[in-house]
Amino acid sequence: MGTSSEQMTGTNGGRLAALNRWFDARFPAHKLIREHVSEYYAPKNFNFWYYFGSLAIVVLVIQVITGIFLAMSYTPSDTEAFQSIEYIMRDVEWGWLIRYLHSTGASAFFIVVYLHMFRALLYGSYKAPRELLWIIGMLIYVALMAEGFFGYVLPWGNMSYWGAQVIVSLFGAIPGIGEGLAEWIRGDYSISDITLNRFFALHVVAVPLLLIALVVAHILALHEVGSNNPDGVEIKKHKKPDGTPLDGIPFHPYYTYKDLVGTGFFLILFAIVVFFAPTLGGYFLEPPNFEPANPLNTPEHIAPVWYFTPYYAILRAVPDKLVGAILMGLAIALFFFLPWLDRCKVKSVRYRGWIYKLFLAAFAVSFLVLMYLGLQPAQGTYVILARIFTAVYFAFFLLMPIYTQLEKTKPVPERVTFHA
Amino acid sequence: MSDEVDKSRRQFLTAATMTTGAVGAVLAATPFVASWQPSARARALGAPLEVDISKLDPGAMMTVQWRKLPVWIVRRTKEMLAQLPRNADRLKDPASEKSDQPEYAHNEARARKPEYLVLVGTCTHLGCLPKSRFQMGVGEGGPDWPGGFFCVCHGSMFDLAGRVFKESPASVNLQVPPYDFISDTVIIVGADTAPATGVA
Repeated sequence: MGTSSEQMTGTNGGRLAALNRWFDARFPAHKLIREHVSEYYAPKNFNFWYYFGSLAIVVLVIQVITGIFLAMSYTPSDTEAFQSIEYIMRDVEWGWLIRYLHSTGASAFFIVVYLHMFRALLYGSYKAPRELLWIIGMLIYVALMAEGFFGYVLPWGNMSYWGAQVIVSLFGAIPGIGEGLAEWIRGDYSISDITLNRFFALHVVAVPLLLIALVVAHILALHEVGSNNPDGVEIKKHKKPDGTPLDGIPFHPYYTYKDLVGTGFFLILFAIVVFFAPTLGGYFLEPPNFEPANPLNTPEHIAPVWYFTPYYAILRAVPDKLVGAILMGLAIALFFFLPWLDRCKVKSVRYRGWIYKLFLAAFAVSFLVLMYLGLQPAQGTYVILARIFTAVYFAFFLLMPIYTQLEKTKPVPERVTFHA
Repeated sequence: MSDEVDKSRRQFLTAATMTTGAVGAVLAATPFVASWQPSARARALGAPLEVDISKLDPGAMMTVQWRKLPVWIVRRTKEMLAQLPRNADRLKDPASEKSDQPEYAHNEARARKPEYLVLVGTCTHLGCLPKSRFQMGVGEGGPDWPGGFFCVCHGSMFDLAGRVFKESPASVNLQVPPYDFISDTVIIVGADTAPATGVA
């Protein structure tokens, strides 16, 4: 007995410690936890806007788990896909819940990601030394759009079918190779069973793998350069004698607990949608998609899900297919160049001039207005408004090298401001 | 033997290995990329289609499915054909220079026989199905509407030869598929010439 308790509490650490040492010599579990969780120092002044990164991971986990279970009951086939969704909704035990979690999760993912991106615009989180972090984040956004698009086709409703038709035919706008490329993507002369099967493979295997790899890269890049903060000052400039940042606190327990509260609030809102308004009035699940795909009948009014509509509005604002498609691609691609378009030395909007605040507000408004216009028919005033707000959208990016040099900035504090 | 590294030899071998590897990667990727082409089954299902047009009245339209695409066959009236030259000023591509049609349909009526119009019924903008709006001055096109097709998705408008109007987001005219008359009342869609042996 005496020897045994001595081993448990002795200087060598006992059996448990021995087991830990055995593991650590073979797999760096503790090292990874120290580097990325318990000894990752984040600025102490994170605010509301800093919930959305961890929430994006929460939603990713929800989507992966519910997606695996949906794939167990779904049949990717043009004759059975629609019925298999109804089968999940009516016959599979709790199938309705798993599907609504997944469909609500898709919209929640984009809400969270858009807010996460807006945070970066507010506090200049895309600026040096975080350019690569921002680019990896944008790649995640593009992969997420591909994932959302492929997933939207799978229920094989009429909007799935015609949405796929419209998006794939966009590739046909490329001069010369376009039509061949569109046919290659479809694997057929029009959207068919063959297209559905390959979109299923991409949705459940290829893109999720890519997404997870990119998320890992995003976090590794973040932990290499360190988190930005609402003041946009680098906390690594002022360190304690032990080498840790003076204004930094360990991610665990401080931010794990903060994010847990955020996750709780998020899940309350999420559950309200899942249980009381799973279609959210036709915005999360569109009525025309409760009708099976019909290659001979276009829905009266084709609109993608809300998270794609800003780009769709830009596409439709142009009376030329190729130019429309180019502008739509450019609207997404320009985000990648933000770190170099923005010439202002100051990161955070707190210390930037009124010009940037004005342009950022105009951009946010134009994004939301275009989102609304993309859901409306392309007629009359809607088209004119779409053209005006498309111009505002592009002005934010293209005039940025000019107006960011003109702005009068306020002095940036040496250390983060924090009012407990 | 010298202990020194022969850098130029190492550089050459590295480059040669990388080139061989890259060629191998491209070759290995080829079957996977090619597997996305329409399969033999898809190509077989996309074979030409014979259509009986004997029951089509003047001014009426029928839709058949070829390669899962709707193909319209319109039997145009004399009035409809007379309107076509008058549309020219309002069209993006009145002579169909930029548009897709077989050589025998590269004329004002965009048809082998002016009376019968054969079109792929998907909008050249983004692939929606335009609706027929044959009556003049009626519908979304307003009081000047000369009759044709209207796409509800993005508002593209086409005349009764499938030619696109200027204010449309679509840039080119509706596609004319390859087709031929096997007899006066039977056409084949998807082939430029009727099969030599009397199938009809």
